[in-house]
Order: sequence, then structure tokens, then C-alpha cells
Amino acid sequence: MNKVENNEKLLKQLEKNGRITGEQLASVLGESAEEIRDTIAELERDKVIVGYNALIDWDKTDRELVTALIEVKVTPQRGDGFDRVAARIYQYPEVTSVYLLSGGFDLVVMIEGKTLKEVAHFVSSKLATIDAVTGTATHFVLKKYKDKGVLFEEDPEEDRRIVVI
Amino acid sequence: MNLKQNINPVIRDLKPSGIRKFFDLANSMDNVVSLSIGEPDFATPWHIRDVGIYSLEKSRTHYLSNSGLPELREEIVKYAARRFGLTYAPENVLVTVGGSEAIDLACRVLLTPGDEVIVPEPSFVCYEPLCRMAGAKVVRLRTRAEDEFRVTPEALEAAITPKTKLLILSYPNNPTGAILPKENAMALAAVIRRHGFFVLSDEIYAELTYGGERHFSLGTVEDIRERVLVVNGFSKAYAMTGWRLGYVMGDAYLIKMMTKLHQFGIMSAPTTSQYAACEALREGDDDIASMREEYDDRRRIIVDGLRTLGLGCFEPTGAFYVFPEIVSTGLSSEEFCEKLLREERVAVVPGNAFGESGEGFVRISYAASLENISKALERMEDFLKKIRG
Ligand SMILES: Cc1ncc(COP(=O)(O)O)c(C=O)c1O
Repeated sequence: MNKVENNEKLLKQLEKNGRITGEQLASVLGESAEEIRDTIAELERDKVIVGYNALIDWDKTDRELVTALIEVKVTPQRGDGFDRVAARIYQYPEVTSVYLLSGGFDLVVMIEGKTLKEVAHFVSSKLATIDAVTGTATHFVLKKYKDKGVLFEEDPEEDRRIVVI
Repeated sequence: MNLKQNINPVIRDLKPSGIRKFFDLANSMDNVVSLSIGEPDFATPWHIRDVGIYSLEKSRTHYLSNSGLPELREEIVKYAARRFGLTYAPENVLVTVGGSEAIDLACRVLLTPGDEVIVPEPSFVCYEPLCRMAGAKVVRLRTRAEDEFRVTPEALEAAITPKTKLLILSYPNNPTGAILPKENAMALAAVIRRHGFFVLSDEIYAELTYGGERHFSLGTVEDIRERVLVVNGFSKAYAMTGWRLGYVMGDAYLIKMMTKLHQFGIMSAPTTSQYAACEALREGDDDIASMREEYDDRRRIIVDGLRTLGLGCFEPTGAFYVFPEIVSTGLSSEEFCEKLLREERVAVVPGNAFGESGEGFVRISYAASLENISKALERMEDFLKKIRG
């Protein structure tokens, strides 16, 4: 099969289920497990696959965690546009994602911290003080319903019969 | 009063499924990985559910026309043409409570005591009891793994007698995953034409074929068309089993007779479901495609997995079942399933539940998550190691 097309299939499979095995991918794509492993290694090297994560519902654990979504307004820098400001923001380990957006503000930054206070402090002392940043609006996440295509609150297991012919 | 003496002897003497005790056992155990379910694991696509909900908000809570919501019958006609090249008009369509009711109606409208019905095996469990309730005698026709579980013209000829009234065909097939490609169907059509009996073609899995070939419907064969009743429904294609909605398409007179019976026994199929089904037919082609793709991925994984375990299985290209042979284990189908369940907590269905010719096989459904399929394969590997010593 066309390699590019097959890579797309492989990537979609991995995006859906990062734990799918080489053998399973081989079955699905009709390739050898070895070929699959080589291709994945190549895609990782080329940073097409940039990482693997587990999706965790921290609300079900004892860990205290606050997530905030911060809209950031920025003055673009000559030559670098938004990239330099973004880099100054994403270097902080508290920052879990940064996106450049069209529309009323420029960047959206996701931040994790232990408490509301900690997050608020980060915004006022680190984010808002960056030169190019002209304004921020902080939204705290109250509940995660769905992330990366996965529902966090599944309905309770329905009573499905084990055997249905 | 002696109840046993007073009920219909046909129903009294219907054999309860021999695997009942196996089902009960499975239900009583925890931590069972079940690959035994004969229905999609997906929920109905949201936009379809949403239209059902909206119909309730709009107070569409009444009976509908006996033969089905007119716009639904129109949509069924368009769908059947678009997807399978069938050329029916709304008067050729009756909307029923699942494909199940359609099968029952067809049997009761066509069969009279003394008639014979040819029922290929292994097959879905309802045909024989429904034919017998209609007073007919069932002639079983074994299909074989060597023939990819297809009915061959020779085997069909051999089963025909002057009393043959009806042939039931069920492809894509539950439990084998077999399909009946066009050339095989045309070979059967020649036999059907020569003898002139009716055909009930249960095409409930028609959307679920893999490997490029679309399902070929017997309802498209011009010169036997008036003797063919095509049963289909929403259960498998759109993951709508609980909505209980199906339909039958065929000759207008036959449909009229079936509608008469349906009118007295049922009145009309569920209203909410009929509104939701319109949405499914109009906007659901992509849902079918994505569910089918997902089944296909799992199918490849499970077939390769079973072969790696040394369980021979022919490549199923329809429905969502694999039907591996387990004779090499030295166990009967029921022993295999019971032992597998007790020792490794994996539920699959013994092949003989689908007729004697299913002995030596088990039905494994891949309408299950990849996680459960992987887990089941691992457990089966341990199981087979123990058995083989
Ligand atoms: C071959 C076959 N026909 C018909 C049916 C009944 O489907 P419905 O839900 O439309 O009544 C099933 C359900 O499992 C089936 O497997």
C-alpha cells in the first residue's frame, strides 16, 4: 500500500490508542510487525509523533490540582511575530499547553497548579509581567467532561447481559 | 388445570436452547471478558438519538401508520437503492419491530402446515422455531467451512422436495461471518428460479462487509425478485438494537398480507424509533463507515490472534463474528466454552447453539473493545497452553 496513506492510518490508530501493540498494528495494516516498528521509530525521529501520554482524571485521586485556561493578549514582536513570546511562556513547567489563536486574543495558555492561589500568583507574577503581554483573563476549569476524544464521566455500566445471541 | 396439556404443543415442545445453563453460568460470574454479544458495542450515534429525543419533545408519541411512517418508507426506498441497488417503491416496504418481527411475519404469511422450509446451518437461532410455529417442517442444510459456509447450488438442490415452500438465506452470516458474493448468489438464484419457491433473505448485516466487496442483495435479481423477501433493519448498521426497528421489502401483495398481520399483532412499530431512523438513513452513511472501519480493525487483530494461537479459522468478511474451529483441542464446543469460562473467564458461544453443524466451532464476537479482545486473546493463550500440555 501507498506508504503515506498507510502512515496516516497508523498515526490515526496510535492517536486513538497509544498502547496498541506492534503486532496489532501489523494485523490492522497488513504489514509485518517489524515494518511497523521501523516506521514508528522513523515517525518519532522526525517528530511526527511527538510524545505519548496517559489521560488521567485527577479528580478521582487525592492529588490536589487546579487547571486554568488563560487568554493572553500580546503585542507581536518584530521579526518573530508571536513565537518568542510563546517561547517565554511555554518554558515554564506549570504551563501544559500553549496555542496561538485567531480572534479576540492571541494565545491561550493552560496552566496546572496545586491551588487557585498558586495559579493566580503565577499569572500575576510571571505571565502578566512579560513585556509583550498586554492583558490576561484567567478561567479556572471546574470540571472536565471530555478530553482528547475521551469521556471522563462515563455513564455507570449498564446491565448488559453477558450472552446475547 | 394442567397447564402443560393446555398450551400449544408446538411451543411446549420447542427445545429450550441447550446452552441456557452456560449463559446462566456466565451471568453469575465476575470479571468475565465477554466476546459473546451479538450486538454492536457502540451506542447509537448521537445525532440519531437526538432526533429521537426531539420527536418526544414535539409530542410525537402516538401510533403511526400501520405500514410505517410514510417519510421513513420513502427513505428506506432511497437507502436500499443507494446502498444495494434495490428498486422498490414505498408500497414494497413494511416497517417492523426489528428484523425479528419481519422474519416472523414472513414465515406466518407464507407457510402452511405441510410446507417445508430449507434453513441453512449454522445460522441465527430464530428461524427454526418461527417456521415451526407457522406449522412448517424445517429441512436443515449444513454449510461447511470448506465452502466458506456458503450454501452451494448442489446442496440446495439436494434439500429440495415438492413440498419446499421457502428458503431462508442469511448473509452476511451470524455466526460464521460468511458472505455470499454475487456469483454464488446468482448460482443459487438459478436453482430458485427453476423450482419457484420463496426466499427470505435476512440481510440485517448487509452494511458490515469487509475487504471491498459490498453485500449483494438477492432482491436485485430481476427474474426471482417477486419471490424474494428482503429483511433488513437498523440494529446492526446503526447500532440501534434497543430501538427495535427493522423492515421487510418485497412484492407489494406479500407486503400487504404481512401488513395485515402486523396491523393486528403490533399496530405500528415504535414511533420514536421511526423518527430517529429517518435521520439515520438521511445522515448516517458516515456513521456506518466509521463503525465498519472500527470492526474491520478488530477483525484483523482477532483473526491474526486466533491463528497465532493455532486455532484454524476461515477469514470472515461479514457481520462481526469469527467462527474458529476448536476440534484440535479434543473438546466439544460446549466443553470448550464452559472450561474457557470457568478457568479463564472468557465468554464465547458454542457453535452448536446455531445448529448441529456448528459443533466443533465457537462463535467469537468482535463487537467488543480492543482492550477486551486483547485480554481475551491472552487468556485464551493460557487456556490452550494448559489444554495442549
Ligand atoms: C441474522 C440475524 N437476523 C436478525 C436479527 C434480529 O435483529 P433485529 O434487532 O432487527 O430484530 C439478528 C440479531 O442478532 C441476527 O443476528
